[in-house]
Amino acid sequence: MQEFIRLWFNYSDLKEVLPVLVEGARITVVVAIAAQAIGVAGGLVLALLRISKLKILRLPAIVYIDLFRGTPLIMQVLIAYTALPLFGINLDAITTGIVVMGLNTAAYDAEILRAGIESIHAGQMEAARSLGMTYLQSMRYVILPQTVRRVLPPLTNDFIILIKDTAILSIVAVPELLRNAKEWVGWKARFSGYTGAALVYLAMTLPLTRLVSWMERRLSMGEADHAPQKGFLRRMFSFGSDEGSGTTGKGPRRSTHR
Amino acid sequence: MTRAPDRHNSEEVPIDELSTGRESIVRIVDLHKQFHQLQVLKGINLEVERGDVMVVIGPSGSGKSTMLRCINRLEESTSGHIFIEGDDIMAPGANVNALRQKVGIVFQSFNLFPHLTVLGNVMLAPLKVQRRPKGQVEETARRNLERVGLSDKVDVYPAQLSGGQQQRVAIARALAMEPDIMLFDEVTSALDPELVKEVLDAMKELAQEGMTMLVVTHEMGFAKEVGTWAVFMDEGVIVERAEPGELFDNPKNERTKSFLSKVL
Repeated sequence: MQEFIRLWFNYSDLKEVLPVLVEGARITVVVAIAAQAIGVAGGLVLALLRISKLKILRLPAIVYIDLFRGTPLIMQVLIAYTALPLFGINLDAITTGIVVMGLNTAAYDAEILRAGIESIHAGQMEAARSLGMTYLQSMRYVILPQTVRRVLPPLTNDFIILIKDTAILSIVAVPELLRNAKEWVGWKARFSGYTGAALVYLAMTLPLTRLVSWMERRLSMGEADHAPQKGFLRRMFSFGSDEGSGTTGKGPRRSTHR
Repeated sequence: MTRAPDRHNSEEVPIDELSTGRESIVRIVDLHKQFHQLQVLKGINLEVERGDVMVVIGPSGSGKSTMLRCINRLEESTSGHIFIEGDDIMAPGANVNALRQKVGIVFQSFNLFPHLTVLGNVMLAPLKVQRRPKGQVEETARRNLERVGLSDKVDVYPAQLSGGQQQRVAIARALAMEPDIMLFDEVTSALDPELVKEVLDAMKELAQEGMTMLVVTHEMGFAKEVGTWAVFMDEGVIVERAEPGELFDNPKNERTKSFLSKVL
């Protein structure tokens, strides 16, 4: 037992490894944020294609989503690293990691966004169309602003998963958090490096987990009073239109698992 | 279901013996609508002229709402013609979005945009569709909200309003596009009884201002008082059409009589 504590929870080791881990965590954060940006943007396009009445638009989206959700992320990463150079695409390890994780996240985010869009009552689209708005205008000004509030908690949950999943990139030499921890442990043969890495992951994910609960609470409260929200939700997600945003629906419960 | 191939050759169907020769706003010719095996509309002929307040009554499932929704193509009809101010809106290439600006509709379930204030609801379409300047749009919006008695609620969100107030906002929102005709689809059916009157009053005022209206309703008192024409629909056809006093007090058709005896 003492041996375990000495190897895994050694205070001076933790202090020593921390700068190495923080260095790796920076890469982890960059990869996660960039991949999430690709994921949300790509996911929105996929979601809109996915709900299209036209089979020719819907089908590619379905194939894409099934492909990326139906195969292991670690396999997608390995394929990208080995196959892309054969097509003359030579990206550095971090960029390749961002692209693969972004494309993967897009498939998951597409389903979250689709569920969000479909949770808006059909009467909203009818009312918008009946006023002469085009389909895309109705989406942009009526459906999506209402969707944002509902998908924010599940999307944040997805982001938490994404942060943890970036550890997969350690197998292809991306110097992210886990990779740095592994190298330090291999070099020093002291396992506190892993403990430290776990603590740094927790430091990143726990605030986000709290944020999700807070948002979900806000959303279910909003259902009762629909008062205009003065907080960041309103400011960030009024979709550039001059009209304020006010009401919320209860966010669909988290459902994606990788 | 494909549309009838002779659609553009059948404009000469005689449709309205009651036509007074005023400007036709909506003309429906031999309209059919089929959901799978179910015939919902079986040849509707109807003309609404400028200034008419045409009330449509009939049992549920008779096709009243479907007919209304076909007029602005929220529902696609199976065959027949609908002319809005002379334009065949079912012609291939007809501009549906332009058509819908001429035809306002108010729904049973209000369908206000919950993320926008009352003013935002009324201003959205004029801003984004008609691209009119904001100052002018806001002025019109405020005037329309005043028309329905809600000038004190402009900055409030829909969920903070009663059903009757929400429905009046929906009326103002439709009016904001300055339509030539307003369609009302059982607009008081989802309201608590004590809120019905304020909505009917707003509609009555609209009628008195000369708005052309096509009103599907179960409010027989309103139909009789405000309507200039009354139509009784049953099983997908127009059974009888007359002036409201005539239709309610002296119905000619047996089905009309039987329906009225149940609801009056």
